[in-house]
Amino acid sequence: MIEAINDALDIMLSHDPSVIIMGEDVGYFGGVFRCTAGLQEKYGKTRVFDTPINECGIIGAAVGMGAYGLRPVPEIQFADYIYPGLDQLISEAARLRYRSAGEFIAPMTVRSPFGGGIFGGQTHSQSPEALFTHVAGLKTVIPSTPHDAKGLLIASIEDDDPVIFFEPKRIYNGPFNGYYDKPVEPWKKHPDSKVPEGYYSIPLGKARTVREGDAITILAYGTMVHVVDAVAREKGVDAEILDLRTLVPLDIEAIEASVEKTGRCLIVHEATRTSGFGAELSALVTERCFYHLEAPVERVTGFDTPYPHSLEWAYFPGPVRIGEAIDKILEA
Amino acid sequence: MADRPNGTGNAGHNRPSLRLHVPEPKFRPGDEVDFSHLAISEAGAQPRPDETCDPAETKPLVTDLVRVLGDDNKAHGPWDPRLDADTMRTMLEKMALTRAFDERMYRGQRQGKTSFYMKCTGEEATSVAAAMAMASDDMVFPSYRQQGILITRGYPLVEMINQIYSNRGDKLKGRQLPIMYSSRAHSFFTISGNLATQTPQAVGWAMASAMRGDSRIAATWLGEGSTAEGDFHAACLFATVYNAPVILNVVNNQWAISSFSGFAGGERATFASRAVGYGMAGLRVDGNDPLAVYAATAWAAERARANAGPTLIEHFTYRAEGHSTSDDPSAYRSAQERNEWPLGDPIMRLKDHLIAIGEWDEERQSALDLECAEKVKAATKDAEKNGILGHGLHHPFHTMFEDVFEELPWHLEEQADQAIRERKIKWPHA
Repeated sequence: MIEAINDALDIMLSHDPSVIIMGEDVGYFGGVFRCTAGLQEKYGKTRVFDTPINECGIIGAAVGMGAYGLRPVPEIQFADYIYPGLDQLISEAARLRYRSAGEFIAPMTVRSPFGGGIFGGQTHSQSPEALFTHVAGLKTVIPSTPHDAKGLLIASIEDDDPVIFFEPKRIYNGPFNGYYDKPVEPWKKHPDSKVPEGYYSIPLGKARTVREGDAITILAYGTMVHVVDAVAREKGVDAEILDLRTLVPLDIEAIEASVEKTGRCLIVHEATRTSGFGAELSALVTERCFYHLEAPVERVTGFDTPYPHSLEWAYFPGPVRIGEAIDKILEA
Repeated sequence: MADRPNGTGNAGHNRPSLRLHVPEPKFRPGDEVDFSHLAISEAGAQPRPDETCDPAETKPLVTDLVRVLGDDNKAHGPWDPRLDADTMRTMLEKMALTRAFDERMYRGQRQGKTSFYMKCTGEEATSVAAAMAMASDDMVFPSYRQQGILITRGYPLVEMINQIYSNRGDKLKGRQLPIMYSSRAHSFFTISGNLATQTPQAVGWAMASAMRGDSRIAATWLGEGSTAEGDFHAACLFATVYNAPVILNVVNNQWAISSFSGFAGGERATFASRAVGYGMAGLRVDGNDPLAVYAATAWAAERARANAGPTLIEHFTYRAEGHSTSDDPSAYRSAQERNEWPLGDPIMRLKDHLIAIGEWDEERQSALDLECAEKVKAATKDAEKNGILGHGLHHPFHTMFEDVFEELPWHLEEQADQAIRERKIKWPHA
């Protein structure tokens, strides 16, 4: 996925002179996850550059660059460290178009590694997507495969609205099925790791059907797409798995069509449970598919605690928690 | 500056009791005001280094006060911008128009034509003179008290009033609180209610201009109270790290609503001296001296255009009126402060200067004041044809949902339908 992201950035830097990349360690060094490796050398220091360790400044400067007419792609090193930039994102980037009646826009894409499963502890594991989906004016995108990462990132950069682009760092190097004690397979063995060369984009607001099924709809995104897929296969459940890809705008049509077909719905995310994005999904499914439902909508999520270090695999919403929820829904 | 705290005198004793220092302004309601503690330097006495100088050369100027107009109403010293009389008369006219506009809009709020207003009385030079010293396409990132920039740049008064009244003529479609203007055509960035956010944005804009090899510069304004925000630190940092072509204007009007400047750190150091720690050029200017404000801005603009880097300018001034129409300053400061302010009034000082050099007289001033009042009155009447706040002449309901995103997503379409359905129930005869 790292190479796919690097490829998308490379293509956008070469296609559009207004695209610039900035962030902590993204320049000469190429990023702590190597996502921007080689780009400064190729495009120069005024297109790809390092910044002070100041997230408010990174986002704030990007808003100003957007107002000038550039298309900045700032990186926040970990989603856990996006909070100092929240005022600039929520009060400024998200509202610029609205409050100026379209005179000024913030066509920026904030890239940030997110999610757990890497022994990152409290401040290298968080999934703060619900903070952003709650903000009118922001789009939130989360890929789960190298193919999607490239296409969605290109679409995000081209989009004239501010996009929060969360990259699940657990699956930077290979898909993760939730079995932390087994060796991880690299992406090259996975069918979705085939990334076409050159330019392509995947429209925002469209979910991907990971697999079709009739027994239950499972809504997931990011790392959890691979975990639920593995659990469904293992249990032999005829599940229909939707990878939402974009949380705002949400592909409500795909969700409705699937739940109306299966009559059952499980929502899975790593983020903490209370007021997480799963609550919004659950409410939407209940409101819009109520008469098709044959069981209560269930949510499998992280617990309502800060992300722990040593008890990571007790915290992570893995195969046991997901399996129990599937059984509960199917038995209802 | 108010008195700074001293040590406890207990040094050397075992564990002297610690004491928290909570700043306190010198004068509260009812107090006699005496500003003699303020160090006001003589006009013309400040050196003017070359625009491209090393930032360290400006060090003496971050604690001094750049002044041009003296007590004799004449211009003095190396900072005299040597403006011709026509330019100074234009400056006087724009400041007078800004004040007349404020007076009328304040009254409009009291008459219930709008919900809110903020005057800039006493601070007109910090926007008008500064704007005149910049190119018209230099981008400005103002706070809410720089209406003088829009007026200087010729933004139609009627458009300003439409915005204040949130009527159907309001270009911002009634979405924004009054005075939160925006005009891309006038290179005037959309004003935000969140303090200091515009400062790193201005720096980012300036960085973009530099990346593109453009020749335009950016300037931002914030109050001394807002310098306490983290964003101001980010702005200073990014401005110096990237040598951004930007002017950071701190309008030190002594008051942040009810909090005196001591709560922003003004007891111990001037706001201009913040520049020193960042390695940035800094100037502390008599903010009620329009010629000094002009000269300092022109200096900083020239410096930015020459790729010599950013400048922080502290405009030392006084907020003569309440913070806003929702504020009563008599509850926290002495009513005498305004009259005792040692740097006077910017409009009077420029008027007196023009009279002193034989380019103006009291009759012309009276005529100008009348003309400004009439101009604002006429614009107000025009704007009122588009409605005042809450009188139904607002934008269509659907516009509430537009511009959240470039395109309306499904959930906003659904909510727009709901609002329009509700309208028929709430206002069946509308």
